[in-house]
Amino acid sequence: MNKSFLKVLRSGVNTTYQDNGRFGLQHFGISAAGCMDQESFFLANALVRNKIEEGVLEFAYQGPLLKLIKGNTKIAITGDVNFNIINSKKEITNGECNRTYNLKEGEKIDILATKESVYGYLAIEGGFNIKPFFNSISTLVKGKIGPNGGNKIIINDEIAFNKNSSNKSFLSTRILSKKFNAIRVVKGPQYDYFSKLSQKEFFSSNYKVTNLTDRMGMRLEGQRIKNIISTNIRSEGIAKGAIQIPADGQPIILLNDHPTIGGYPKIAYIISADYDSLVQTKPGTNLSFECIELEEAEKLYKEKQDKISKIINSIREIN
Amino acid sequence: MLKKLNNIGDAAIVCDFGDEVNQQVNNEVIKLFQHIKKKNSLNILPGILNCTPSYNKLLISFDLRLTSSKEIHNFINSVDLTILKLDQKVKEWIIPICYNYELDLKNIVKELKLSKEEIINYHLNTTFFIYMIGFVPGHPFMGDLDSKLFLNRLKTPRVRVPPGSVGIVEKFCNIYPYESPGGWNIIGRTPVKLFNNKDMLKPCLLSPGDTVKFKSISKKEFNNYQNE
Repeated sequence: MNKSFLKVLRSGVNTTYQDNGRFGLQHFGISAAGCMDQESFFLANALVRNKIEEGVLEFAYQGPLLKLIKGNTKIAITGDVNFNIINSKKEITNGECNRTYNLKEGEKIDILATKESVYGYLAIEGGFNIKPFFNSISTLVKGKIGPNGGNKIIINDEIAFNKNSSNKSFLSTRILSKKFNAIRVVKGPQYDYFSKLSQKEFFSSNYKVTNLTDRMGMRLEGQRIKNIISTNIRSEGIAKGAIQIPADGQPIILLNDHPTIGGYPKIAYIISADYDSLVQTKPGTNLSFECIELEEAEKLYKEKQDKISKIINSIREIN
Repeated sequence: MLKKLNNIGDAAIVCDFGDEVNQQVNNEVIKLFQHIKKKNSLNILPGILNCTPSYNKLLISFDLRLTSSKEIHNFINSVDLTILKLDQKVKEWIIPICYNYELDLKNIVKELKLSKEEIINYHLNTTFFIYMIGFVPGHPFMGDLDSKLFLNRLKTPRVRVPPGSVGIVEKFCNIYPYESPGGWNIIGRTPVKLFNNKDMLKPCLLSPGDTVKFKSISKKEFNNYQNE
């Protein structure tokens, strides 16, 4: 078979295949997984003219070093990423995010690190050649579900892709800065489990993102939140973005690979519009939370979708 | 009975069937779960991403690009819950268990003042109902145990429980599908694989609403089963 593929010369620490997520299996204990930062994921695909929900490679902190062994392709990297393109004469080009690169046989992409963010994305024109599991190529490492036996990418893996690119043009777009003041939330179902003082402090003090943060959850450190009713509830279904407060009073925000059910009370939920900003926040950063109403959360999400459409529509050919 | 609908963030709602945890309440949860699954598969209710039943609640998460809390609320309110029937496809499983591979029976004998045989018999004579599956893939939470077997969680959870371990806490019984940490009292182990990540059609053996009876097997049968 005449397959086109990249070879993994260095895996990076958290490199997985992801798409929009695998849905409809949570009642079997399988959470959706999927790309953490949806905006960067959509944009990576849009740049190489894929469907926006096509599978990509997601990496965190240090990314992979990949060599194109067979074929020609076009790629785009999104996020806030430091990377190089290395040609067969070992000449290094400093890579820019949010634009495409044509890659020829023998060339390498060296994704050194994400900068002021956590996750980055590599999309390839035509997508990766991977058999989906329940309509998705997302990897749920904890459940061993998805491509690669549900595991992260490792050294010497071969990454097959569908299409040999003949299109020589480059595409690029500009994105607006993602700086934000506070992460906005709506009240959770057990908001009243916490003391009036703790409710106030939760919204007026800062919480530090700790190193105990991954695709499953983000542990925060700050003012202890006091439970006045019960530190356990009957286990119930979990949706991503839940801010649960275990007995020690330190919040844990549940992210894409969350357990499907859980028994800790939840003080609040991250709004969908701010989820991407949240997950891109590096450990050591201080966060604050602002409480808004549901209607406003829905309005902000619409605005965010409009913003993403605008960015995608602004993709232009460059020389 | 459905007591209230709560918004869970801006992209999920939870249907709350009250504080009681029993099979009757859970049946109501499962009926609504099956109804929504069906509507969703017929594309009558677009945008539903996941439906997750638990003891007394049903979580419905959705794609905010395609639907909204309001639409889901309206749909749930339009359903006549009194005429929903349980799907007849629920299965009655017989799951083999080897009580020789226990970790806690000796302590349970002391704590409950029952003999090992009595404990095993109570367990074998129970037809378990699967309230929910989750936390990790394929992990069933089942009930109801005879009240003579009610126990609390272990004071210090184990760091590692072998895969297939069968545990009990209060009126509930579980099976650990993978090796994992765990705080339940382990009374035996099953060789049956509850979850197969390579099965493209039905990766999870059990479903919420199915029933389970255990069948005692010897160490030898356990090992033969594992070698199959």
